Amino acid sequence: MAENGPTASIEAVERGLAAQGYIASRQIATAVYLSQQIDKPILVEGPAGVGKTELAKAIAAWRGLKMIRLQCYEGLDEAKALYEWKYAKQLLYTQILKDKLGEVLGGAETLHDALAQLHDFGDVFFSKEFVEARPLLQALEQPAGCVLLIDEIDKSDAEFESLLLEILSDFQVTLPELGTISAVSAPTVILTSNSERDLGDALKRRCLHLHIGFPEQKLEERIVESRVPGISQTLRKQMVGFINEVRTLDLKKLPSVSETIDWARVLVLLQAPELGHEIVKDTLNVLLKYEADIEATMPQVSSFIAKSSRQNVFG
Amino acid sequence: MRENLHRFFRAARGAGVRLSPAESIDAMRAVSKVGFTDRTVLRDTFLLTLAKTQDEKKALGDCFDLFFDQPEPTPPPPEENETDKSDTPESGAASETQGDAAGSDQAQDIGQLAQMLLSQDRNAMAAAIANASNAASLSDIRYFTQRGIFSGRILDQMGIQRLRDDLDALTASNPALAERLQAALDGLRDTVRETVSQALMLYGREEAENLRNEILRNAPLSRIEPRQVAQMRLLIRQIARRLRERYSKPRKRQRRGHLDVRRTIRRNAAWGGVPFLTAWKRRHRDKPKIIALCDVSGSVARVSDFFLLLIHSLHEVVSDVRSFAFSGHLIEVSDILEAKSPEEAMAEIMSKVGFGSSDYGNSFADFEHDWMNAITPQTTVIILGDARSNNLDPRADILRRIGERSKRLVWLNPEGRMAWGWGDSEMPRYSTFCTVVRQCATAQQLERAVSDIVASYQ
Repeated sequence: MAENGPTASIEAVERGLAAQGYIASRQIATAVYLSQQIDKPILVEGPAGVGKTELAKAIAAWRGLKMIRLQCYEGLDEAKALYEWKYAKQLLYTQILKDKLGEVLGGAETLHDALAQLHDFGDVFFSKEFVEARPLLQALEQPAGCVLLIDEIDKSDAEFESLLLEILSDFQVTLPELGTISAVSAPTVILTSNSERDLGDALKRRCLHLHIGFPEQKLEERIVESRVPGISQTLRKQMVGFINEVRTLDLKKLPSVSETIDWARVLVLLQAPELGHEIVKDTLNVLLKYEADIEATMPQVSSFIAKSSRQNVFG
Repeated sequence: MRENLHRFFRAARGAGVRLSPAESIDAMRAVSKVGFTDRTVLRDTFLLTLAKTQDEKKALGDCFDLFFDQPEPTPPPPEENETDKSDTPESGAASETQGDAAGSDQAQDIGQLAQMLLSQDRNAMAAAIANASNAASLSDIRYFTQRGIFSGRILDQMGIQRLRDDLDALTASNPALAERLQAALDGLRDTVRETVSQALMLYGREEAENLRNEILRNAPLSRIEPRQVAQMRLLIRQIARRLRERYSKPRKRQRRGHLDVRRTIRRNAAWGGVPFLTAWKRRHRDKPKIIALCDVSGSVARVSDFFLLLIHSLHEVVSDVRSFAFSGHLIEVSDILEAKSPEEAMAEIMSKVGFGSSDYGNSFADFEHDWMNAITPQTTVIILGDARSNNLDPRADILRRIGERSKRLVWLNPEGRMAWGWGDSEMPRYSTFCTVVRQCATAQQLERAVSDIVASYQ
C-alpha cells in the first residue's frame, strides 16, 4: 500500500526513537521523517528542558550515526566552528624543511625563477593536511553521514547565522584557500533555540520549524515510564498530574520534562509510595529552581495533590 | 490538487503567515512525500514547513481547519459539510409537491442551471458554486465591501442570465414550476453569499485587520472605547516589537576610522612595538537610560496607561528604565509594572495614586526629594501629562533643574497645541525648559516619540 507509506514510516520513526528511550509526539516524528525525506535541517524551539538536545541524541542512536555537537555561545566564530589552519604545524614543517628549501631554490638562476618555484611550494602548506577541521567541517567529512547538532543557536551572534546558511541549504562550505567542500553524505542537522533572540528569516526559511512545548499528560506519563522504569503507576500518574497543575501557575521558570524525570528519580529513591504533603514539600526544590517560585507554589501543594489524586480515580 | 495547494498558500498569506515562493516549493515537496491521505499529518507538515513562529503556527492551524472545510472545486465525493450548505436552496423546493420528474420533463428547453436547481443535485450544485468561485477568482477578495461584487460575479459565472430568461418564460407557461425555481434561486443566492463571506474570512483577514489597526493607530488614545482597549494593548505590543527589532541590533559598529595609537602600541609591546595587531578607535555610544514620569490623573490616565506599557515592553532595547506615576503626589512604579500583567499593574497604580486632581508642583517636589540623583547626564527624562496643575504652584524651577541634569527632557502632551496655555495649563511655562515638546494623542504619535528617543542613542 503506497498510500499508507508515509503514515507507516512516521510510525516507524516514532518506534525507532522510542527504542532509544525518546518518546516522541506525532508532530516530532513527522518532522524527523520529513527532514530525512526532503533533506532539510530541523530548527527546534521550546522552553529549556523539554528534550530538544535529547532529540538529536536519540536520532543519532537510532540511526547508528555519529553525533557531532557544536555548542553556540556569544563570540563563536569561523575559526572555532568551521576550520582553522594548523599554524604550529605549518611553522614546524617550514623549519624542518629549511634545508630542503635551500636545495630546491638553489637550482634557480634568477630571483624570478626562485619565486616561481616558491609558488608551487606555497600551495603545499595551504593544503588539506594543515586544516584543522572544526565541528561543521567534520560533519561534512563523515563518510557515513552524521547527526550535526547546533545547540542553542540563539546564543551566537547574528553574523554566525549567515555563516551557517551555506551549510544548511546546500551542505557545503567554501574555504577561501581550498575552494568549495561538499558533504560526502548529507548530515542530519538539528538546530536548537531557546528563543532568546529572534533568528533571522534566512535561517528560518532553510529549516523545518518544530516547536516542542510541554507534553500532554498522557505523553509525559509515557516519557516518565520509559526513563524511570521503577516508578509505580499510581505515583507516576499523581506526580505528572501534580506537575501539570504547577504549570498553570505564573512562575519564573516552569518545571519541564527534565525536571519531571529528575523528580521521578528522587521519589523512587526515597521510596515514596504515593504523593504526600510532606514528601512534596521536601523535594519541591528538585522541581522549582527559584526561591520565589517555591514560595508561590508552597500554599497550593495540598490542593494540587488532592486534584491530581482525584484525576487518578477517574482517569 | 496543485491548484488547491496554491489557494491554500494564498489563504495562509491572508491569515498573516509570511510565505515566500521558496517556502511554498518546500511545502509542495514535503506534501508530495506525505500525501493527502492523513489529514493530521498533512496539517503537521504545513505547520512544520510554512510557519516560522508559534503565532504563525496557530494562525496557520486555524486557517488549515477553515480551508479544508470548504468544498473543493472539482466534483468531490459527498461530504456532510456540502450537504448542509446546499440544503438551503432545496429547503424551499423540497416542500413542494412531488411534481419534480414531471416538471423537468415538461421543460426540456430550460438552461443548465435551472435544470440543476430543479433536479436538486446537491453535489453538482456545490461543485458548480466552487467552480464558479474559482473562475471569479474569489481568492482575491480582500475587503468586506467587495462581497456584493464577488457574489454577482459568481452568479454570472453560473449562468444567472439564462436562469432569468427561463424564469420569465416559465412564468408565462408554467407558473408552478416558475415559483419553485424562484424559491430555489433565492436559496442559491444565500448559499453564494455564504461562500463569499467564508472566503472573505479566509483570504481577507489580514487586510481587514490592517485597516482596522490603521484606524486604531490614529484614534485619540484618551477616547478609546472600552471594547477596543484589549485590541489597543495588542497594537502597542506590536509597536514595541517593531521598535525592538529596529533598535536592538548589535551595537557593534564597523571598526573603521582612526587608529587608536595608544592601544595599538600597548597591544604590540610583546613584539617590540612592531604593530602586528591594530586597535581602532570606536565610536562611544550611550546605553539608553530613560526616566518616565506619567500623569495618571483622570484626564490623561488612558494615555499614560498605554505609554507605560510601551516603555516597559521595550525592555530589551532600553536597559535602564524607571517609571514614576503621579497625580497629587509621585511614586515609583517600575516594580509594579515589571512584576504584574498590564491590567493588574494599572489597577494597582490607579489605586495608589490615581484619580486625584493633579498637582505638578508637589509631584516634582517629591521627585526632586527622593530620586533626583537617579538622573545622570545620559538620561532622557520623559514627562507625559497635560500640564494642567489646577492653578497650583507649577514649580517650574524643579523642572529646570531636571532639564539641566539630564541629557534630554521630553514632554509629551496628549492635548492639542491649541489648548496649551488655556485655562490652568502651565505648558508654555514648562516648555521653555524642555528639549522637545510634542503632542502625543494617538498610538502613531506615541510610536514616533519613543522611536525618536531610542534612536538618539544609536
